[in-house]
Amino acid sequence: MTYKYRNAFIENAATVAGPYEAKGPLKKFFDKTFDNLYNGEKSWETAEAKVLQESIEILLNKAQKKKGDIDVIISGDLMNQITSSCYSSEKFDFPFLGIYSACATSVEGIILGSTMIDSGKVERVIASTSSHNMSSEKQFRNPTEYGAPKPKTATFTATGGASILLTNENTGIKVESSTIGRIVDYEQTDPLHMGAVMAPAAADTIHRHLTDLGRNSDYYDLILTGDLGTYGKEILIDFMKTEYGLDISGNYNDCGVMLYDLEKQKEVLAGGSGPVCSALVNYSVILDMLKKNKIKKVLLVATGALFSPTMVYQHENILSIAHAVSLEVIK
Amino acid sequence: MGDYMEKSRYKELVNKHQPTETRSQNAFVAFVTGGIVGVIGQLLTEFYAVFFDISTKDASTFMLVSLIFLASLFTALGFFDKWVTFCKCGLIIPITGFAHSMTSAGIEYRKEGPIFGLGSNIFKLAGSVILYGVVSAWFFGILRLIIMGG
Repeated sequence: MTYKYRNAFIENAATVAGPYEAKGPLKKFFDKTFDNLYNGEKSWETAEAKVLQESIEILLNKAQKKKGDIDVIISGDLMNQITSSCYSSEKFDFPFLGIYSACATSVEGIILGSTMIDSGKVERVIASTSSHNMSSEKQFRNPTEYGAPKPKTATFTATGGASILLTNENTGIKVESSTIGRIVDYEQTDPLHMGAVMAPAAADTIHRHLTDLGRNSDYYDLILTGDLGTYGKEILIDFMKTEYGLDISGNYNDCGVMLYDLEKQKEVLAGGSGPVCSALVNYSVILDMLKKNKIKKVLLVATGALFSPTMVYQHENILSIAHAVSLEVIK
Repeated sequence: MGDYMEKSRYKELVNKHQPTETRSQNAFVAFVTGGIVGVIGQLLTEFYAVFFDISTKDASTFMLVSLIFLASLFTALGFFDKWVTFCKCGLIIPITGFAHSMTSAGIEYRKEGPIFGLGSNIFKLAGSVILYGVVSAWFFGILRLIIMGG
């Protein structure tokens, strides 16, 4: 399902990033970074909620908005019962909508917020998301101090919180169109190769987006997937070429590959992942490039592995989804 | 839906982009580091046997307790996970891996309290080792009884 927006724009965004992300190439684009993964809290879970809360606070300060100015906040994360989103939003007293589509959550939030704004029923929406390397490891894998060896295809859950403010006022950066992804199952079962799980979802959404709008892949200055990592990126380029005859290698990149210095930061293996991975890249450096007119049209394709450890232990396949949103600089 | 790529073709595509794991290098590192743990264990046994003037059997129990203590201490100090990531099965297979799996789970879940956290999760990784260790001990005990008469 693809549709265009008449009246949805991006007003501002805020990013707070963890220690590993701060060692990466995008440090100067983040609003705030922190050195200790606990971020002054007692547990990984409360640390994640605090990081997300900080990103909302910074966003409100940057945009000079207060309580009554925000009509609704849409938030999602990886924790069970989207804990981080609920606990971070409690103090703001905004009307709250919780969402989940794993690492595709950031774009899902933008799609829902823009659609609400475009309908004329609300004026300003915050879409936010977070993830935390340690809280994710604890919930999905092994205790964090265990240090189980992983293959090269494994990705590294990014730590941080990111929030974006959508508005009905023309700010120069328009939410131009979006495509809601569908759940795909390519019979992938390896939770340590999420790139292979998610690449078909990205391919399907990108292809449907371009077909629905009658566009070629070079319509966009940049197409960005969320967190496919080094090998998922290769798979997607190959997939688009062999299945759809589209060469995206010239204007395509993956946020998971961009977030870290893969040569120096060997611990991240194939690259970053987690809902905040794409948001940290898109809301910092990509938004900056749009503001400075370095790029004019960008397609954000957040990719999510709908991964449940229980279903994997029951030998079920890992499902995936990708949502796409097109941002354009307008005069 | 008809517009999806065939799943078997996709598997081929994934395989084409699969990086090769350095298995022989991993095995070599595990062999050497695991061997070092073995040598340390042997030296400790010899040392305890001489120093405390006890039998080798008693000394080996002392040695096991020492290794368990050291692995747990290093886990608690926060650097043993990095050693495990590097040495892999060199540290996971010896008794150090068992101790580490319990300590790391203990540290992780102590925030949820002594009952619902520590108590119910400390065997999260080690539980399987204990269960199947006891079952196979029982099984081989029966075999020994049948074949050797006790």
